[in-house]
Amino acid sequence: MNLKNALLTTFYVPLGIYALVASPSWADAHGFAGERFFPATISTDDPFVADELSLPTFQAIRQPGTPPSKTFDFSADIALKITPNFGIEIADGYLLQKSSGSRLQTGFHNLEVGGKYQLLVNVEHETIVSVGVNAEIGGTGRASIGADRFSTITPGWFFGKGLGDLPDSVWALRPLALTGQVGISFPTRSSAEGERIPNNLEWGVAVEYSLIYLQEHVKDIGLCAPFRRLIPLVEFAMQTPLNRLSVPTTGTVNPGIIWSGQYFQLGVEAIIPINSHTGNNLGVVGQLHFYLDDILPKVFGKPLIDL
Amino acid sequence: MAIFLFGIPSAWGHAFIDHAEPAVGSKLGSQPRTVKIWFTQRLEPALCKIQVFDSRGTEVDKEDTKVDPSNAQVLLVSLPVIKAGKYRVVWRVVSVDTHVTNGSFEFEITE
Repeated sequence: MNLKNALLTTFYVPLGIYALVASPSWADAHGFAGERFFPATISTDDPFVADELSLPTFQAIRQPGTPPSKTFDFSADIALKITPNFGIEIADGYLLQKSSGSRLQTGFHNLEVGGKYQLLVNVEHETIVSVGVNAEIGGTGRASIGADRFSTITPGWFFGKGLGDLPDSVWALRPLALTGQVGISFPTRSSAEGERIPNNLEWGVAVEYSLIYLQEHVKDIGLCAPFRRLIPLVEFAMQTPLNRLSVPTTGTVNPGIIWSGQYFQLGVEAIIPINSHTGNNLGVVGQLHFYLDDILPKVFGKPLIDL
Repeated sequence: MAIFLFGIPSAWGHAFIDHAEPAVGSKLGSQPRTVKIWFTQRLEPALCKIQVFDSRGTEVDKEDTKVDPSNAQVLLVSLPVIKAGKYRVVWRVVSVDTHVTNGSFEFEITE
């Protein structure tokens, strides 16, 4: 067993028994498509396969309901590259929930596992397309904080596109990039506890303006640290029921900023519900995210199976 | 966590541009003698390259890319006398931990 195998075992066994808490959302990945560096987005998934660790992701928001509740969510996820184009990820989180007049509820979310395959990377046009599947494993989290007793499988497509191939006449737009995801969730039950469980269209987009790209590839405007490593962005994380329920699309718009360093990135976003079905209160999410391939290149710098 | 944040040799990781001469996207009134790029990581000399192309795609540099002997994070290439116009600098570097990064930028000589 080589060092990476040993580390995989060391990480995954404890992860499986919740020695690490992980995110209720998909693990996020950073990566390159040609000259373009894409950071790991916080609220939506992006298309890259990478060795990385988000620890922690912290989220605080007041959830709608009767009565409404304050929630604090600490989560983590780890992603590992198995082949140059295929990676796996595992995630979970720990929630603290407090409603007026009731006791503090705490517990883990359901465990999530996933895999992703990079289908296409176009260097010239800074484009990447991937497919993946995510599985939320029902019954692994605590029911009292809302963890489902059933599992949900979500296959999806992921894309990334940098606008660095725009003409010089619009040079100021070249640092822009988009990443996004589209998937359909398939719950293993159509109803639970008297409620109908729909298939959902899970979709999200992140619009990024990379000051890193501006400084390195377009125009050095003299930004100093830490501003030269900033990536302002807006993420749209949406969910549209496709059947069984007649409720509109829910989701949040999350404006924020990411600072990307050599070995890790820090990000913070506001959480703005798009309608009253989603909620009526602002929230905040922050994340510390490590680039394991840069931190430990001899361990994580290469895929487990280097085809 | 402390190991991650503080125990990492500074030579590891992808190499990004810190700054360059001529500066990225700059307009120059005089001819540069070299293109010099400062990176964020130490470089592997044998595997790094800078090429400079004119607007017709012809390579104009002297093909003598080298890492600065006094600073392993600096890569440079010499230029002959070149005419006014736009030039594209294309670079590919390998940091000492074998991470590969590449990129390009333009500068313009206006005289």
